[in-house]
Amino acid sequence: MSKKSENENGVPTTGHSWDGIEEYDNPMPRWWLYTFYACIVWGIAYSIAYPAWPMVNRATAGLLGFSTRGALVEELAAAEAANAQIDSRLASADLSVIADDAGLNQYAVSKGAAVYRTWCIQCHGSGAAGAVGFPNLLDDAWLWGGDIEAIQTTINHGIRNEDDPDARFSLMPAFGADQLLSEEQIEGVVNYVMSLSGEPHDAAMVAEGAEIFANECAACHSEDGTGNRDLGAPNLTDAVWLYGGDYDTLIETVTYARAGVMPAWGLRLGAAEINAVATYVHQLGGGE
Amino acid sequence: MSTSDDTPPNLYAAREPIFPKRVSGRFRNLKWIIMLLTLGVYYITPWFRWDRGPELPSQAVLVDLANRRFFFFFIEIWPHEFYFVAGLLIMAGLGLFLFTSALGRVWCGYTCPQTVWTDLFILVERWVEGDRNARLRLHRQQKMDVRKIRLRMTKFVIWALIALATGGAWVFYFADAPTLLWDLLTLQAHPVAYSTVFLLTATTFVFGGMMREQVCIYMCPWPRIQAAMMDEDTITVAYREWRGEPRGKHRKKADADEAPLGDCIDCNACVNVCPMGIDIRDGQQLECITCALCIDACDEMMEKIGKPRGLIDYMALTDEQHERSGQAKIPVWKHIFRLRTILYTSLWAAVGLGLTVALFIRPDLSVTVAPIRNPVYVTMSDGTIRNSYDVRLRNKHGEDRPFQISIETDDQLKVVAEGAEDALVLVPADSTKLQRVYIMAAPGSAAATSAVTDVRIWVEDTVSKERAGKDTVFNGKAE
Repeated sequence: MSKKSENENGVPTTGHSWDGIEEYDNPMPRWWLYTFYACIVWGIAYSIAYPAWPMVNRATAGLLGFSTRGALVEELAAAEAANAQIDSRLASADLSVIADDAGLNQYAVSKGAAVYRTWCIQCHGSGAAGAVGFPNLLDDAWLWGGDIEAIQTTINHGIRNEDDPDARFSLMPAFGADQLLSEEQIEGVVNYVMSLSGEPHDAAMVAEGAEIFANECAACHSEDGTGNRDLGAPNLTDAVWLYGGDYDTLIETVTYARAGVMPAWGLRLGAAEINAVATYVHQLGGGE
Repeated sequence: MSTSDDTPPNLYAAREPIFPKRVSGRFRNLKWIIMLLTLGVYYITPWFRWDRGPELPSQAVLVDLANRRFFFFFIEIWPHEFYFVAGLLIMAGLGLFLFTSALGRVWCGYTCPQTVWTDLFILVERWVEGDRNARLRLHRQQKMDVRKIRLRMTKFVIWALIALATGGAWVFYFADAPTLLWDLLTLQAHPVAYSTVFLLTATTFVFGGMMREQVCIYMCPWPRIQAAMMDEDTITVAYREWRGEPRGKHRKKADADEAPLGDCIDCNACVNVCPMGIDIRDGQQLECITCALCIDACDEMMEKIGKPRGLIDYMALTDEQHERSGQAKIPVWKHIFRLRTILYTSLWAAVGLGLTVALFIRPDLSVTVAPIRNPVYVTMSDGTIRNSYDVRLRNKHGEDRPFQISIETDDQLKVVAEGAEDALVLVPADSTKLQRVYIMAAPGSAAATSAVTDVRIWVEDTVSKERAGKDTVFNGKAE
């Protein structure tokens, strides 16, 4: 900011000097100035038209009444309106033919995946592999049936809940806790059950266990132990165990019984969403 | 608004209007040819047709953003092949390095859209309002009489039409040109098409008609970057001061007392034709786009007065010392062919060759495999261990093709494609299909009980017998 000097071209310099290099002080173009003014005017107008100035509780609302939440609501409404037709088709569709309609099937799977991620992953896991007590939806073992109608019914009414009178319901007796069987009898029946699926077991106790099984368990789990889907009684001869197939876990299961609960999603979600998530679960790899 | 010694200079100055005079000569002719070529390519390209079958668009050059495809005559680029575009950008970069180090701001002078359209707009201006002197008179005329209004309006309307054609041509690269033209004319086109046309029409009009050299001097970063790539052998437009000075009007009979004059007759022809409004005799300046019109103007004058051409000429910095010391001019090709430019050319050619080879060896089918890791495996009711894979199958043919999926592994594994019999998957024409594939290991088998087994998934086009494979792994239930 020292005294301005002039060089041989007659152009004033800023007076700064860096290693002998000086800077010309040429004027800026006037259109640039006008552009700058226009930007200021635009900025002021924008801050009046749109939310801008921070106040104590919230920013000024702006004359146009724009808000990102409002924009989101509009976008969601627009998306729903755009999907309304296919949603009504999905809601009234015959479940067994959805797979034959490529467009509807793709929509149902995508929508079902979104529904699943919102409501189902808390218990069944993001990859649908389930957890102890929460069934794996990828395998081919189904408690209440694995065709799409059975899956839809399970989702729609839930299991052992008190909200829906049509909920799937069955109850295993707590054989130990209610003293229906003695500890030895329970040990016997567990050894028998483990023998059904070829797990390591005490062969000496199998004969006694088989007798108890026939009396106490076969009514639900059927005589050969393959279970009964009408009652949600699991197949005891396969490799899939909901709570675990080791000796200690089975003792606990027989002693205290198990009674998992699933909400009746039909009371919370629309028909299209139920059908969508049923389609999604059915195509995960275990659907029948 | 005075600028005496004790008041600071104005911070802002109005643009000095420039009225470039008509000029003819070899560089002007070269510029006409380049203008014709570049504008022709720009306006006509979207209208070329190219038959790709009924499933695909029939426009030769098409950037299909909605379907994520780029069509260029016989070439079709998919999004995952975007490296071709990156390669082209690298080539463009190296090409600019090459041309800048060899020929300076030749891009600015001849091929930059700003230069080409400004040239076209000045041509229109000259047709309508006359050459430099007539335009100057019209500019200085204060009274807005009928003639001035008529000339101005004619000029603006022609400019607007050129600008509209320019903005209009751009959108044809992104949609089927005849369809879009009809939609635009019948007001059925998408608002984005109209707003794009409007924006580009406005910028063409303002930049070509009003802003002109201001864009190059104040808005464009490229000249500043180019300056960093030039060296003492780079060709620029320069004035042979040692030959021209002292300048002055030549008289028939020279006074014996006066010092002999140089070749420059101070006719200002070089200044009058300059589209940037500078005097090249002041030396190399940041405004100069090296369009070489001053060379043409000066050569014409030199011929008239019977002096050799080249008072203003393309030359390099090294020429000055060379010629001042009385030596002959260094030929231009010696400036151009040197290690640096040869290196740029080789690199440019190498990238180009690599891209061409890559373009012709790329297969018409490709596959990617993403193992599903949530969960890593599923135990089926009979104890089978099952792994899932998301397999993306790309069919680049213009027709549907059945792809056979198979696996190659040391163990006894079984492969199943979800929803497809015998792992035979039909992939629609010119599309990608996401296919879930299961690989299963029997209970107790080696793969089922070991943590990791190597697997290669093969995909074969059953029609063309082309195949592609991807290595992946099978996760077992390790004890």
